[in-house]
This record gives sequence, C-alpha cells and structure tokens, in this order.
Amino acid sequence: MTQGLTKTYGGRVTALDNLTVDVEPGIVGLVGANGAGKSTFIKIMLGLIAPTSGTVRVFDLDPTVQPDQVRNRVGYMPEHDALPPDVSAAEFVTHLGRISGLPRTAARERASEALRHVGLYEERYRQIGGYSTGMKQRVKLAQALVHDPDLLLLDEPTNGLDPAGRDAMLALVHRIGTEFGISVVTCSHLLGEVEQICDSLVAIEGGKLLRADRISNMTEVSDVLAVEVSEGTQELADALEKLDLPVRVDGRVLLVPLEREDTYDRILRAVADLDLPLHRLDQRRHRVAELFAPREKADV
Amino acid sequence: MSEASVIHDIGYQRYEGPRLGRGAVFNSLYVHGLRAAYGFGRSAKAKIFPWLVFGIVSLVAVILAAVRAQTGLLPLNYIQFADAMSWLIIFFVAIVAPELVSRDMRAGVLPLYFSRPLRAADYVGAKVAAMVTAVWALLAVPQFIMFLGAAFTAKHGMSDVWKELGDLLPAWGYSLLWALLFTSIGLLIASLTGKRAFAAGGIVAVFLMTTPVVGVLSILRSTDAQELAGLASPMTLVSGVGQWLVPDANTGLFIGRFGPVYLIEAITLIAGCLLLLLARYRKVASL
Repeated sequence: MTQGLTKTYGGRVTALDNLTVDVEPGIVGLVGANGAGKSTFIKIMLGLIAPTSGTVRVFDLDPTVQPDQVRNRVGYMPEHDALPPDVSAAEFVTHLGRISGLPRTAARERASEALRHVGLYEERYRQIGGYSTGMKQRVKLAQALVHDPDLLLLDEPTNGLDPAGRDAMLALVHRIGTEFGISVVTCSHLLGEVEQICDSLVAIEGGKLLRADRISNMTEVSDVLAVEVSEGTQELADALEKLDLPVRVDGRVLLVPLEREDTYDRILRAVADLDLPLHRLDQRRHRVAELFAPREKADV
Repeated sequence: MSEASVIHDIGYQRYEGPRLGRGAVFNSLYVHGLRAAYGFGRSAKAKIFPWLVFGIVSLVAVILAAVRAQTGLLPLNYIQFADAMSWLIIFFVAIVAPELVSRDMRAGVLPLYFSRPLRAADYVGAKVAAMVTAVWALLAVPQFIMFLGAAFTAKHGMSDVWKELGDLLPAWGYSLLWALLFTSIGLLIASLTGKRAFAAGGIVAVFLMTTPVVGVLSILRSTDAQELAGLASPMTLVSGVGQWLVPDANTGLFIGRFGPVYLIEAITLIAGCLLLLLARYRKVASL
C-alpha cells in the first residue's frame, strides 16, 4: 500500500524515513514506540498531510490526489478525545454519517447499527459527557464504522482502557476484521495487544520499517515448552541436556524448543525419573516481541 | 464499562445505498450549524441565550409596531432598528460563534470531520453560511414583524404596503451586511481558541474597544476625521454603509462624501476575515 515514504517536519524532524511497506487485506497491526511515526503514517494515508517524498496508494488510489474517494472508503478512529460532551452518541454518530455523505434516514439507521455493533445500543440516547472512557472509545469506533468503510484506521483503540475493556475492544476489532469483511489497520505501542488479533504486523521504529510479515510466518517455528519445577531446577536442566535437549534457563523456568513429537514425553519422563515436583509444563508460543529484538534472544 | 460490554451477535450489514457528494455534505453541515445556533439538538441550557436575545429583539419590534399602529409615529425605522439592536447582536454573536466553532475545537471533533470527504473550505463555508443566516434571521424576522404591523394598519391600501415593502427590502439587505460582517469577525476570533468563555470575551472586547475610538475621532476638529471616524468600529462601519446606500435612513452618522470608503472597508474586512478563517482551518485540518 505504501512505497518509499518520507515525511519530514520543518526540515528537521523526520517522522517517517523512506518507509516502504505493502500491506495485504486483513487485520494489520502497526507497532512502534511512541513517536515512531504511526500516527503520521495514518494521516498520510488519509491525505491529511502530504508526504515530503514518496508515494502512498490506498486501494490503488492516491490520497494526495483523490482524498475524497479514499476517505469515503476509510474510517478513522483518532487517538485523542474527539467527542463533544453535550450531545447523545446516536445524534453525534448520525451527524458524522451525514458528513460522510449518507442520506438522512440511512445515516440514522447506520448510526444505530454501528452503535449496536460496538455494544452501546441501550445507552445511545445518553449524552456522551456522561460516558466512561471505554464507552467513549466505542463511540469513536462506531463513528468510524458508520459509513461502512472498507478499511478502518484505528489509532491506539485501547488507549486508557482497563484490562477488561482492553480485551473487549480487541475482540471487537478482531470481529470487525474477520466477520464484517473490513480491513483494519490498528496501531499500538503494545505489541502483546496487537499480536493477539492481527493477521500481519508492521513494526516501525524511528520512522524506519523494522519488519513486516504475517504473524503466522513469524511464529511458525518458535513453539517452546516451558517447564517449571518447585525445586531441583538445575538437576533437571542437566538431565535434559544429557538427553540432547537444548535447554535454556530463564529464571525458574526451563525453556525447551518443541522440535520433535516425543519431546513432551521425554521431559515428563525426565521429571518423573528425578522425582521432582512438577509445577508447570505448558506450550508457549514465541512472543513476537522476541522476534523484533533478535539481538537479545539470539540464542533461541 | 462492564454493563456496556455485551456485544449483541447480529450480522453486520454492508451499506449499498447512495453516497451523496460534497454539496449534500455541505448542506447537512449548514443545517446542523443553523440548528446549533438556536440551540436545537442541544440541551435546554444551550437554548436560553439565543432565544432570550431573539425574544427581546422581537418584543422590541412588536412594541414598535404597536406604537406605530396606535399613534402613527415611527420611533425607529427598519435600519435604525438594526442599529439600535447592535449590542444585542454582539451578544448573540458572542454566544453563537463559539458554539459553532470553539466547541468543535475544544472537543477535538475536527479530526473526525477532516478524515471524511469534507474540505476545510466546505467546513468554513458551511459554518459561515449557518451563522450569517442565524444573525440575519435575528434582525430580519423582527423587521418583518414591524412590516406586518405597518401593512395591516395601512391607511391607503396596497400602495402603502408596496411603499413599506420598498423600505423593508433594503433593510433586509442592510441586516445581511450586519450578519456578514459580525459573523466573519466573530468566527475568526472564536476559531482561535477552544475555550468558549475566552472566545465570547474576545468577541465582545473587540467590539467594545473599538467604540471609544469612534467617540474620540468624532470629536476631532477636522470634518474629514469626524466623517471617517465611523470606520474605526464595525458597528459604525455598517451604519456608514447603510447611511450612504439608503440616505433617508437617518442613522445619525455623518459620513460626508466618504460613503464608498465605508463600503470598501466593509467588504475588505469581511473578505479578509473569511480568508484568515480559511487559512486557519487549512492549518487545523492537517493536524
């Protein structure tokens, strides 16, 4: 979707540096630390700011040349508060639907529907000022959905939510991406969040592309077994090493790559032979975070 | 949060219906702004001030019409009426301009607008049009009340009504000039701040502080200075244009031969404010 993108602010601050990335439809996680250039990237995709050099294509359209056509097909959920306190959610989302070009009745129907999809059906006639942070985030998501876009750009959708709200929001985003048939670009500085729901990941750092790939490619060969015993960790590690299992000690946990089918059984047998109190034995998917920081985990 | 967490499982429907163009979007934003100006679709609190002002202005018009019907005297003509209401108009502008502009800025709604097929020019245009209509209606409706009063008590039938209409139409144009000038100044000031109170205070201050300047200039010895004094304040500026275009309006302002200067300044001021407003939103839209 984008190519060779550079955006500099005032000639001094470089927000995006020669970023080239091609994203497939699906749920895409855009990950990077604060200030990595995620929001700048989204604004360029919306045609709100023009790239200093390079080109962007969204659905084969250039947002700098045809912003209206692009924005008709894109829904945007900004990071910051963007809701007036003194109107009801239904009224506000309807209004924004009309600004997206929906006729009056269609806007009203779709606003109700969008609010229902985000789980605010009952509360939709209450004033937004009385909503909780979680509800406000849902209203922001609903307004991005009201005109039935083909692509949603979500800027930190879980910002300020408690863990339960976070999970609900992520589940909702996942549902939108899988069941609604809408592609989603969701950006976050929390990798753990996006990796749960995304099909592919784009990681940027300091405006440069760090890595872009499908999640399945990233985690394919990286399953490990985590073994934890209450005592005798070192004995077990030695025993496993004798069995030619490449053990890595990570605190009180032993990590063993799940290379062969019988690895599981062999570990169990080793624990039984040593008569150690087994605390935990579970399969752990490699966290994508480890893939992004290969220097630290080079020995895996 | 938790009570809102129930997600009802019904299928998502894609929207296949028509998508309207920029014209329709402009129109809906215009109607929205016009409604907001009079507090429709807002809380009861938001309706108090606009309707209070509207009520006072209308009441004055009704009284004037009644006085004229009873005594045949005309305390204020249509144009003098607009001038007499100037402080109420400023009050109205100071309430409505922040309602239309500062509110969006305060709540951070602008990114939601500008991520849609809406240009900065559309936004500014719709807001200006809405507010001009609102301010114009504030004067035009009472003027129409006065006209109705005069028309129904006319002594010489239709010819009086036609003559009265001949007075009303220029006065409506004059009210439009009021609306244009005060809207462009008011919106420009309001667009600079998200704080409603600051915006309202700023608007009143601008009009308040220019009035003494006119007073000082008009007591200078030079006749030219006296006749140009009205240029210093938006209120006397409008009066000056009215005096020049409708000489029998008797606005009480002496403009001598400088009528065109008043008109040129009024137009320049309106155009300048609108351009600045547009420039402001071009910048805001890309944030």
